[in-house]
This record gives sequence, C-alpha cells and structure tokens, in this order.
Amino acid sequence: MLESLALLLVCQMVGELLVQFIAWPIPGPVVGMTVLFLLLAIRRGVPEHLRQTCLTLLSHLSLLFVPAGVGVVVYFEAIAQEWGIILVALVVSTVATIAVTAFTMNRLARWLDKRHG
Amino acid sequence: MDNTLTELWVYLAREPLLHLTLTLLAYLCGVKIHQWSGQSALANPVVIAIALLVGLLVITETPYPRYFEGAQFIHFLLGPATVALAVPLYQHFSRIRSQLLPITAGLLAGSLTAIVSATGLVWLLNGSRETLVSMAPKSATTPVAMGIAEQLGGLPALTAVLVIMTGIIGAVTGPLLLRWLRIDDEATRGLALGVASHGIGTARAFQSSDLAGAFSGLGMGLNALLTALLVPLIVQLI
Repeated sequence: MLESLALLLVCQMVGELLVQFIAWPIPGPVVGMTVLFLLLAIRRGVPEHLRQTCLTLLSHLSLLFVPAGVGVVVYFEAIAQEWGIILVALVVSTVATIAVTAFTMNRLARWLDKRHG
Repeated sequence: MDNTLTELWVYLAREPLLHLTLTLLAYLCGVKIHQWSGQSALANPVVIAIALLVGLLVITETPYPRYFEGAQFIHFLLGPATVALAVPLYQHFSRIRSQLLPITAGLLAGSLTAIVSATGLVWLLNGSRETLVSMAPKSATTPVAMGIAEQLGGLPALTAVLVIMTGIIGAVTGPLLLRWLRIDDEATRGLALGVASHGIGTARAFQSSDLAGAFSGLGMGLNALLTALLVPLIVQLI
C-alpha cells in the first residue's frame, strides 16, 4: 500500500517535472500516467499491491471531483449572465459528443469485423 | 444558538477537519441515495454531494476558500488517481491495440464534435466572445482546459466551472443515451464517456466495469492532447 502510493506520487512528480520542459499544456498527472504505463510495459506485469491500491483509488474517483464541483458556487455570477446560452450549449454539445464518439467507434469496429470475416 | 454551541461551531469551522468530514459524509449520502433510487443515473452521487455542500456553505455563509482548506486533501488525490489509470490501461492494452482504428476514429470525431458544437452554439445564440472561448475546451480535463482558455483570452475560472458541468451532464445523461442508442459494448461506452466528459465520465464508467473505465481513461487522456491541438485552430476560424 505505502510502496504503491509512493510509486504513484513519484510518477506524478516525474510527470510534473517533464511538463516544465515542454511547451504543450498537458497536465503533469497525465504524463505521470504515461510514465507508469511505460514502467509496467518494461516490467511486463502489474504487481499485486499496486493493482489493489489503484483499484481502491479508482473505485472512489467520483468523490475526488466533489471539492472542485463545489467551486461552482464561487463563479455562479460569471455563469448567471449567460446561463441560458451556456446550459443549452453544454447539454447539446455533451450529448452530441457521446453519441458521435460511440456511433463512430461502433460502426467502424463492425465494418472492420465484417471485412475480416 | 446557545453560546457554548456557537463557540464550538466557530472553533470547528476554523479546522480543516470539519469540511473534510462534511465532504466525505455528503458523498456517502449521495451514494446511499443513489442505491435507494435503484442506481438511477439521475441520482448521481457527485451531483447530490455538491448540492448538499453548496446548500450548507450558503446557509452557514462559509466562503469557498475556507471550505477548500479542508476539502483540498480529497482534491489532492486526483493527481495520483490519474496516474493510477495506467494500471487498467495496461491490463486492457491488447484490447486497445486490436481496436486502434475504431478508437482513433471515435476520438477524432468526438473531439471535433465537442469543440465545434459548443463554440457553434454559443455563436449562434449570440453569446459573448469570452464565453465562446471559455467554452471551447470544455470536454478536456480541467488543467488542460484552463490552460487553453487562458492562452486564447478566455476566462480560466469560468472554463473550470464549464468543465465540471460538462462532466456531470455526461455522467448523468451518458448511460441513458448509450442504452437508448443500443451501444452495449463496454469499451465503446467507456471511450465515449471519457472523450465527452473527462474524469467525471471516467468515474462513472468505472462504476459499470473495469473495461469501460480503462477505455474512458484512455479517451480522457487522448482527448486532452487532441483538444490542446484543435481548439486554437478552430477558435481562429470563428
């Protein structure tokens, strides 16, 4: 558990440091995820303790968004001016994105399956 | 209120412990209500927890920075949790490799849809330029989206709110929409949730299966990169 947490934090830190050297706005943790992925690929497997810790952390991923979500209160006035436009644009765009992504992947996968028989 | 009780409250409200505990309790409350509702997508634990906490902050007149002093310990775990996504990603890598083409096509189509439909709608409805720019990166994960908005002259703080709202809308409507569209492949469902609504969508995907979660994490990561690439190009055109 402690080893796994340390490993996750080290990967995140390496990610944060690497981000300092590139001019692209990628978050450190996303680079950290890539670092851990490469480590796992080199090691050819996931240690059991790491798997346990990661699954525990990820099964409560929703909880981790609550503090930032409460921050909506602070910027309520910024939304309030154009709230109608914002709400329509957000709902329509998000629903469309889910539908288009799923539909494209689904159709192409089926088409490729058929072609390979 | 009784004097000693007020003193007790004043003491507690200064400590990070109070708001850390309240955040956990509000979330547990959300999980319970979600279970009672028969796991209805509309009773999303995150939405319930946020509503409860916002209500509480308003009633007790607590400023957000004070709340965050306690809640930051939970917020901090987002970093390691993002790194942890590497594990399911690695475990499902053979599946990802075999579906590289459909994943890439879905990601490209979804990312373009997210940016063009959001900016296009704000433009059509005569929204301000500031709102338009702040809205463009809304499907990317928060730090990426805020960076893009800042670079292009939007309001990063507004973007942060829009990103969270996008995540919640996706997590609430996504599962219903995908069932209605008869998409029952867990990998496809995961990717769509991750591309459209980043980490909050990924959190929702993990609730249905490990495979959906892995693909959602993949969609979130790749869409962050693609959005950073596409938004500056598209915003220039409008």
